[in-house]
Amino acid sequence: MKSLLSWRAPALSLMVFLLMIGIWHALTLPKVMPVTAESEYAALVGTAAATGQKSAFPSPADVGAKIMQHLGEPFYDRGPNDKGIGIQLAYSIARVMLGYLLAALVAIPVGFLIGMSPTVYRALDPYIQVLKPISPLAWMPLALFTLKDSSISAIFVIFICSLWPMLINTAFGVSSVRKEWLNVARTLEVGNMRTAFRVILPAAAPTIMTGMRISISIAWLVIVAAEMLVGGTGIGYFVWNEWNNLSITNIITAILAIGMVGMLLDLMMAKLTKLVTFPE
Amino acid sequence: MSAFKDPFDAGTSLTRGCSCGHHHSEAEHQADLAVHSSDSEALSNRVVEAAVMRALFPHDATRRRFLNAVGASTAMAAISSLFPLGMAKEAFAQSTGPLEKSSIKVGFIPITCATPIIMSQPMGFYGRQGLNVDVVKTAGWAVIRDKTLNKEYDAAHMLSPMPIAISLGVGSSPIPYTVPAIENINGQAITLSIKHKDKRDPKSWKGFKFAVPFDYSMHNYLLRYYLAEHGLDPDRDVQIRSVPPPEMVANLRADNIDGFLAPDPVNQRAVYDGVGFIHTLTKDLWPGHPCCAFAASKEFVTRMPNTYRALLKAIMEATAFAAKPENRKQIAEAIAPANYLNQPVTVIEQVLTGTYADGLGNVKKDANRIDFDPFPWHSFAIWIMSQMKRWGQIKGDVDYAKVAREVFLATDAAKLMKEVGMKPPTTTSKKFSVMGKEFDPAKPDAYIASFAIKRT
Repeated sequence: MKSLLSWRAPALSLMVFLLMIGIWHALTLPKVMPVTAESEYAALVGTAAATGQKSAFPSPADVGAKIMQHLGEPFYDRGPNDKGIGIQLAYSIARVMLGYLLAALVAIPVGFLIGMSPTVYRALDPYIQVLKPISPLAWMPLALFTLKDSSISAIFVIFICSLWPMLINTAFGVSSVRKEWLNVARTLEVGNMRTAFRVILPAAAPTIMTGMRISISIAWLVIVAAEMLVGGTGIGYFVWNEWNNLSITNIITAILAIGMVGMLLDLMMAKLTKLVTFPE
Repeated sequence: MSAFKDPFDAGTSLTRGCSCGHHHSEAEHQADLAVHSSDSEALSNRVVEAAVMRALFPHDATRRRFLNAVGASTAMAAISSLFPLGMAKEAFAQSTGPLEKSSIKVGFIPITCATPIIMSQPMGFYGRQGLNVDVVKTAGWAVIRDKTLNKEYDAAHMLSPMPIAISLGVGSSPIPYTVPAIENINGQAITLSIKHKDKRDPKSWKGFKFAVPFDYSMHNYLLRYYLAEHGLDPDRDVQIRSVPPPEMVANLRADNIDGFLAPDPVNQRAVYDGVGFIHTLTKDLWPGHPCCAFAASKEFVTRMPNTYRALLKAIMEATAFAAKPENRKQIAEAIAPANYLNQPVTVIEQVLTGTYADGLGNVKKDANRIDFDPFPWHSFAIWIMSQMKRWGQIKGDVDYAKVAREVFLATDAAKLMKEVGMKPPTTTSKKFSVMGKEFDPAKPDAYIASFAIKRT
């Protein structure tokens, strides 16, 4: 039974993949149309326009070729506005990591303090609830205006969007540590610091890690939009630049790359979460 | 641009005005001359020669008689013995002081209006001035404004109304801004979706959705002007939205908009992808209208005069180079790659050479589809402000002439144009007509009042 399951799922995955590619291929088959334009005109426009059509959506083969081309040369650098997809991804990951780590440095200690005191928790809750649902991109114009630097603004946007899930989860995790454990610690006359690090932190760690996992996914979602907005470098800029060129093949390539990196980041956090979970 | 002329040619005149008499206007004369002159180093040499000849022969007729009598080569040898031409040429090339900053960043939007700013990088015009310039592609006009105000960019490509709006504090906090050079003239078009190919009469455009690049753009003012002249109220009868140029073709394709008045290569790209057709070029509304500007903050201009001068000189040289039709193919190849405009070469080439597919199956030829003339006419600025006022973007009294003088740096431009061998006009204001209606820069308020459709 188990061995059957182990090959069934991948086989089904493969079938879904082939089916999707097949549909895509069928939909993008070139329509045979008579050439209506004279050759001088046809030379000046794209192949689709020469036959009186709009340019078509690329076929899977076109996209495949583009992906191979990018994989063959992921790190080229032809000036400040044209870098390989590998370099662009590296820029985006670096920005996400920086903003994310700064957010963790702020959110976890602050969340810890908030969680320890029910009064502070309740006092700050309304602010957190108002600030949390704001789209991080709405901060962008404000950040550009006050920070006066676009790359710092992008990092700030990542910071602000990863802050809330970590803050809330930390506070929640800390405040919901079982009372018996705290009472045991108190009867054993454990110091405050020691209680915090030896009792509360391990108990709250799984919840904190869940917050961190949510945060990194949000941060990765937001960076693409932020980079499309400010431009310069990063995978978001790459998408924007290729949109400018109406190059759907490049955009699909970038979408796949974004998905892959997002998945890897999430897997990494899932592995870390596993390390700190404990059986109750 | 008469300084481009060979001063050792008895047939040319070095005095001001279109002295050859073959052209209707100075602009045409200049365009013709640009065709005949060679590259910019030769140009700069020629400027020196011209200056020396002008000094020696203040009367043009005397120079011509002298040249006719002895011949050009003899004259050159004779003058060289009197005056060390070689040294003068060298001294001119090194006449700038030390640069305050040699590594600078200039922002641009990927459209052909930015041609002089972009091409100066791959074609070495910046390098020749000792500048190491990074030209940075930027996502939109608001971002380029903010990044320039932030000083992330030392100078930038802007729409020519933007520095005026920034200086007046319309749509941002007021910061003194300047336009030391206009980047391009003409070069825009009204493109409509291919499904409207039978609706060529603007009167049938009621209910259309149009896109322009920015609220403070020549595109917005020209489209509004065009619609209003055809009896459509641009605020009530149609919808005009601001859409960044790169997103326009995608929106036209998705039927979100019916057309746009946009900078190239957006228009040509819509044709290339079979999505739209070029209804009219803006040069047919107002021949020689300005579009984009090379802009810098007043602070940069005053705090780093040598860097500013070197940068402007590179732009001027590039503009002079781009003004020559025979150089346009080479420029198209230099600016088409992903690092700059990121477009197929043929699209850029059609825009720059003016031999283009119109989207309806015709190949059209119009050598002036886009042209390059850096002089920031004060009258351009006054016209822009008249339209800002007409459409309610600015309220109350405006000191048109003062703002024009402070933002459009005609004097600096004239000085540098002379240095790189172009001939700037002697006045800073001129009358021109837009769609057959004359504009007098001395009476902007009367001009605004004369329109039936306005928001004042």
